[in-house]
Amino acid sequence: MTGIASFGAYVPMTRLPLAMIQGRPAKDGGPEKAVAYYDEDCVTMAVAAAVDCLGAFARERIDAVMFASTTYPLREKQGAVLIATALDLRRDVETADFTGSLRCGSDALKSAVRAVAAGAAENVLVVASDCRMAVPRGAMDATLGDAAAAFLVSRDGNLAKLRASSAFANEMQDVWRADGDEFVHSWEDRFVVQEGYGPAMQAAVGGLLEKSGLGIGDFARAALYAHDARSHADLARRLEIEAARLQDPLFGRVGNTGASYALLLFCAALEGARPGERVLVASYGDGAEAFAFEIGDGISGASQRRGVAGHLDRRRPLRSYDSYLRSRGLQQTEWDAGTGPGLSATIRLRERDADIGLVGAACEVCDTVHFPQPHVCYRCHARDRWRRHRLSDKTGELLAYTFDFFFPAPEPPVVMTIAEVDGCRVHIQLADVAPDQVRLELPVRFTFRKIHDAGGKPNYFWKAVPL
Amino acid sequence: MRDKAAIVGVGCCKFGENWDQSREDMMVEAAYQAYADAGIDDPQKQIDAVFCGVVYPNFSTGEVADALRLYGRPISHVQNYCATGTDAFRFGVFGVAAGVYDTVLVLGYDKPKDRGVSGPTVAFDRVRGLPATPAGWFSLCAARYFDTFGADRGDLAKIAVKNHHNGTLAPNSMLKREITVDDVLNARMISWPFGLYDCAAQSDGAAAVIVTRADRAKSFRDDYVLVKAVSIALSENPQSDPDFDFLRWKPTEYAARQAYEMAGIANPFEEIDVAQLHDCFTLTELLSYEDLGFIEKGAAREHIASGTFELTGDLPVNTDGGLKSFGHPTGATGVRMIYENVLQLRGQAGPRQVKGATTALSHNIGGAPQACGIAILGMP
Repeated sequence: MTGIASFGAYVPMTRLPLAMIQGRPAKDGGPEKAVAYYDEDCVTMAVAAAVDCLGAFARERIDAVMFASTTYPLREKQGAVLIATALDLRRDVETADFTGSLRCGSDALKSAVRAVAAGAAENVLVVASDCRMAVPRGAMDATLGDAAAAFLVSRDGNLAKLRASSAFANEMQDVWRADGDEFVHSWEDRFVVQEGYGPAMQAAVGGLLEKSGLGIGDFARAALYAHDARSHADLARRLEIEAARLQDPLFGRVGNTGASYALLLFCAALEGARPGERVLVASYGDGAEAFAFEIGDGISGASQRRGVAGHLDRRRPLRSYDSYLRSRGLQQTEWDAGTGPGLSATIRLRERDADIGLVGAACEVCDTVHFPQPHVCYRCHARDRWRRHRLSDKTGELLAYTFDFFFPAPEPPVVMTIAEVDGCRVHIQLADVAPDQVRLELPVRFTFRKIHDAGGKPNYFWKAVPL
Repeated sequence: MRDKAAIVGVGCCKFGENWDQSREDMMVEAAYQAYADAGIDDPQKQIDAVFCGVVYPNFSTGEVADALRLYGRPISHVQNYCATGTDAFRFGVFGVAAGVYDTVLVLGYDKPKDRGVSGPTVAFDRVRGLPATPAGWFSLCAARYFDTFGADRGDLAKIAVKNHHNGTLAPNSMLKREITVDDVLNARMISWPFGLYDCAAQSDGAAAVIVTRADRAKSFRDDYVLVKAVSIALSENPQSDPDFDFLRWKPTEYAARQAYEMAGIANPFEEIDVAQLHDCFTLTELLSYEDLGFIEKGAAREHIASGTFELTGDLPVNTDGGLKSFGHPTGATGVRMIYENVLQLRGQAGPRQVKGATTALSHNIGGAPQACGIAILGMP
C-alpha cells in the first residue's frame, strides 16, 4: 500500500550568526540560521536532499519527480527536469514543478501520494527546497533560512503512510513576492499571525481531527510550520500539544525555510519516530493544510542518510555579515559573470550528461573509466566502445590540489583539485572545506553546485566535498 | 635534420608593458634588428617565407605582410600554447632543411597588455574545468612533489631570486630588480604554492631570427649558429591522464627524448652548456631540470641549494632572467630564448656570458600543460 519509502534532508553547512545582522560579534553557541552559500541555490539543495533520500535506491525505478519551490530562478523553464538530469534518471520520467505558495511543498507530497495510490506511478520523488531572500538587516533577516527535504513515495513504502489530510483556504496578503522582486515582503507582523497563520493552522488541524476521528493526544509528534518561534509556541498551546510532542521548529539553528519547512520538520520528526506512532504535519501558505501520517515498520531499518540531525552537526559559521552579503550576491563585485553572454546553449546540450549529470563512460574493452566520454580510449585506444558510467554517486580521493586566489569567490581561495573516482581523473572544485583540512588522498564525494551566473542565469556543475 | 639549418641573424625588442608600442611597432623593430644582424639589406629579395608565433587575438597574417611589406610569399601563423614561438621556429627550420626555402624569417610576437587586465582572463564560458588559470594548472604537481621529495616553497623562491638577478643583466628584460627569498615567500598568494613572485608576468614583446641553409650561412656571417634539434611533443592531459603521477610534466620528457635523439645528445648535463627553460612558474623550472634529464628525478632541491643552475654554476639556466624577468608574451617567448642562446653561443651575452658555451637548449611548455617545444643550437 502506498507510503513513504524513504526521506532525506539538506541543510547548508554555512550559518549566519544572527548577532551579525545587528553588527554584533557572534558568540559560540549563539542563535544562527542556515544559509545557502554562494554556490548553492534551491536546485543544488534539492539535488542534495534527493541524494540523501535515495541512498542506494535504484534510480531507474523512479517514475516521476515533483519539485516544490518558490525560488526557482527561472520563470519559464522547469526545475524538476534539471533535478532529474542531475540525478541521472530515466528519460521518460515525469517531471513537474509546484510553486506559487509556501504550501507547495506539502502539495507536492500529497500529489505524489495520490498519484501512486491511483496507480499512475510506482515511485515518485518529491523534493521541496527554498532559498528566500530577506532584505538585508530587515525584519525577516533573522528568521528566513535555507534548506531542502525529499521524500520517496512508493507503492510499497513502509516508513509512513498518509491516513488523512485537511485543507483550509485563506486568501489574504500576508507574505508575498511579486515578479521581479528580489526580497520577500510581509504585511504588519501581528496581522499575519492573528488573521493568517494562527487561525488557518487551527482550522486545518481542527478539520483533520474531525475527518480522521483522532484526538490531538493520538499524535506522538507534531511537525508544524512556524511563522516565528513565538507564534509557533502559541499555536501549540491553543492546539493543546504537549511540549514533549512538539517537533522543534529549528529557530536559531536553521530558520523558516519556506516551501520546504513543514517537510523538513516532518523529516526531523521521522528521525525519532517509532512504528505505530502517528505524526501530525501542518504546512502554511495562502491557508494551511494538515496531514496525519502513521509510522510503519520500515522506520526501524538501517539507513545511510544524513537527515536533519546529521546536517545540523555540520556547521561553518560565516566570518562576517559582508561575507554573507557577498555569498548571496548582494554586493557589487568587479567580476560580474551575469553580464556576459553566458554558456552556449548548443554546447550545453551536447555536454549535458557530463555537466549536469556527472556521467562518464567505461571502456567496454578495458573497463577504464573516462570523464567526460571521449571517442578513443586512453589505455586500449578502442574507438566508440562505451557504456554509461555515473560518477556522481561514487566516492573518490584527491590526487592533487591548489588554492586559487584568483577566481572570484566571496571568501577566496577556491580549492581546485584533481579527484580520482573509479580510476577516472576529474578536474573539480572542492567545497565545504577549510583550507587546512585539504590533503592528498582526502576521501571525497560529489555534490551538485552552482558554478557561476554567466548570462544572468545559474550554471551548474558538480563539486567534491569531504566524505 | 641536424646541422642542415643555421641561424644568421637575431633581433629582440624590449619586453614590458609597452603601452606606447603597437604590434606593428614591435614586430618591425625585432625583424629589422634581425635583418641588420644577418646583414640582410634587401628583405624583399632575401626572405622567402615568414613563420610567426602569436596566440592573442590579432589580425592574422595580413598584419605581418603589411607591417613588413612582404608580399607574394608564404606567411603563416603557428599556434601551440606557450610552445608557440619554438613551433614557429620549427616550421622555419624544417622548411629550410627540406630545401623548400633558402632563407626564412621566424617572428614571435604578442601583445596581451592591450586587454586591460593584469592576469589571465577569468573564464565564464563553461562550467567544467574552472577555475581555468595557468597558475592553477601548473601548481597541480606541487603537493605531490613536495610530499614525495621534501621540497617546499623556499626552494621555489630561490629560483625566482636567481632569475630576477639574471634579469638585471639583460638589456631587454622587463623587471630589473633583485629580490630576496623573503620577498617571494611574503608576496600575496595567487595559486598555492605560487605567490606573486613565483609567477611570470604578462608583457608585450617581439623577437625574430633569420634561418638559412647551413651551406649558405657563411655568406651572411662567420659566427653562424647551427640548429642541432627542434622538437614538439604533445602529452596526455595531466588533468585526465589515468596514469599520471603528478611528479613531472610529461610533455617535457617526450620532447626531450625527440630532441636529444635528433641532436645526438647522450648526457644532457655534460653536453649542454647553457639552457633557457620555461619558468612560467618557479615549479615549472624546477620540474624541467629533472624532466629534461639534467639531474635525477627528485634531486632539484640539492642542486638549487648548491647553485648548479646559477650563472656561475655547472649548467646556467635562464641566463637572461627568463620569463620571470621578461614576462611572457606567449608567441614571442620561445623566439626570445633562441635570441639569448644565439648571443651566448656567439659570446655576445656581456655580463651574463657563460664562458665557452658551444651547445645551448631552449624549452617551452604550455597548455594544461600538454605541449612542449625544445630547440638545441650549437656552434659548427
